[in-house]
Amino acid sequence: MKDTAQANPAPRPEAIRVEALRKSFGPHEVLKGVSITAREGDVVTLIGGSGSGKSTLLRCVNFLETPSSGRIVIGGEEVRCRPDGTPADRRQIERIRQSLGMVFQSFNLWTHKTVLENLIEVPVHVLGLPKDEAVGRARKLLDRVGLKEKESAYPAFLSGGQQQRAAIARALCMQPRAMLFDEPTSALDPELVGEVLAVIRSLADEGRTMLLVTHEMKFAREVSDHVVYLYNGVIEEEGPPERLFGAPQSARLKQFLKSVS
Amino acid sequence: MDTLGLLALSPPGWGGTLLVGLWASIRIAVGAFGLGLAIGLAGAYGKIYGGPVLRDCLAVYTTVVRALPELILILLLYFGLTDLVNKLMLASGYGRIQISGVTAGVLVLGVVQGAYATEVLRGAILAVPSGQIEAARAMGMPAGKIARRITIPTMLGLALPGLSNLWLIATKDTALLAIVGFNELTLATRQAAGTTKAFFTFFIAAGVIYLVISMLSTWGFARLEAWARRGDPPRTAGGG
Ligand SMILES: Nc1ncnc2c1ncn2[C@@H]1O[C@H](COP(=O)(O)OP(=O)(O)OP(=O)(O)O)[C@@H](O)[C@H]1O
Ligand SMILES: [Mg+2]
Repeated sequence: MKDTAQANPAPRPEAIRVEALRKSFGPHEVLKGVSITAREGDVVTLIGGSGSGKSTLLRCVNFLETPSSGRIVIGGEEVRCRPDGTPADRRQIERIRQSLGMVFQSFNLWTHKTVLENLIEVPVHVLGLPKDEAVGRARKLLDRVGLKEKESAYPAFLSGGQQQRAAIARALCMQPRAMLFDEPTSALDPELVGEVLAVIRSLADEGRTMLLVTHEMKFAREVSDHVVYLYNGVIEEEGPPERLFGAPQSARLKQFLKSVS
Repeated sequence: MDTLGLLALSPPGWGGTLLVGLWASIRIAVGAFGLGLAIGLAGAYGKIYGGPVLRDCLAVYTTVVRALPELILILLLYFGLTDLVNKLMLASGYGRIQISGVTAGVLVLGVVQGAYATEVLRGAILAVPSGQIEAARAMGMPAGKIARRITIPTMLGLALPGLSNLWLIATKDTALLAIVGFNELTLATRQAAGTTKAFFTFFIAAGVIYLVISMLSTWGFARLEAWARRGDPPRTAGGG
């Protein structure tokens, strides 16, 4: 099903495993049995048309949406669910969310906190990290995403690109096992897209595990280890980026790639 | 006696009496406002996240309290509540207790304030952009911490104008307690005026005191709101 080209005889451990995931909103079934695996260091990219279920899939991975059925395994730990599908253990969900850094299309930085306060909020007040340690960690990350000078600014005073880089730094500040990106550049003016993609690329280059939803096909082709094309809640086609973008098989994927290029 | 003599702090001046009344008024207003905030916060969260029974109960509470004139409510609650407390005390084998005027005043006005505060805070909580809360959930923050560290600080800027109004109403509603014989500023003023026949002097003095309280409060709440809105985007000319 996945990277058959993988030469390594001892495969890297699985970071995220989604098995036969289904999700309905009322009578409307949005995900119809989707399975995805990301091993440590993998960049797995989800592409697909509007409404195909990409965001829903990503949100099921950290239980912002409750799956109707299927299994979610994060770092070898399966999320325990009640018979009705809701998570059985709130603490487990919180712990798993802390290990997955999510980045939203609309940044969602906390508006009443400065950039630095945004970064250290969860490490200090939820994970119990000493404040000076968290601040040190946060400053390194801000430097890395090019926001060293903005640590005392409130989010509303930053450009969209700066806000999204701050949001990425905020997620990294929890030292997550993997990152989840939901169209991180879709809300940005075109001239600001590049600076955010550069940060994401640097994360891919250092071997971060990530699930990435994006409409930036060129970028997806360059950074992904594995690409999944979702159509109407099912995986229509998947494979390594060269094959998916270079030699698409299904008519729908061909059509989709034509429409976005 | 001249005006200054009438307002002197020690007898035969009545200034001291007024100040004692003022102190009682302020204590009741602060207590009632605080109790109202606590009820309002619980009520707002109950209305938003509670089950159907809780939501219906809260709807009855806010509707009834906001529909009735405050004077009627105060009479009703004052005599009703003290009566109820004493019935309960007797039924459980204790003697009657004397509920202090301040306690009764705080309870009565607090229940009234709570109904309005519930609506003010409910509106403000609902106006918090969902992304703010979602980001906190996605990072594994427990619900209680989300309320305390994200939702409440974010909605504060939206709630403070309404809360400022409620506080001013609380300070003025303390005057209604004069009707049940509670010795706050307005009753003290009436006594002073009745005894000395210097009606103008004392009622103007009381009016000035209420005005000063109001001005100080407005200034304080404006500072608080500016602080709560420290992260708001800069306003462009023309209200963009
Ligand atoms: N909370 C919800 N309640 C009801 N329907 C929902 C909800 N969230 C998503 N949907 C529906 O599920 C379908 C898939 O939505 P989803 O957001 O996952 O699509 P997407 O692939 O991310 O699309 P886009 O590219 O526009 O972001 C859509 O038809 C959407 O209307
Ligand atoms: Mg989406």
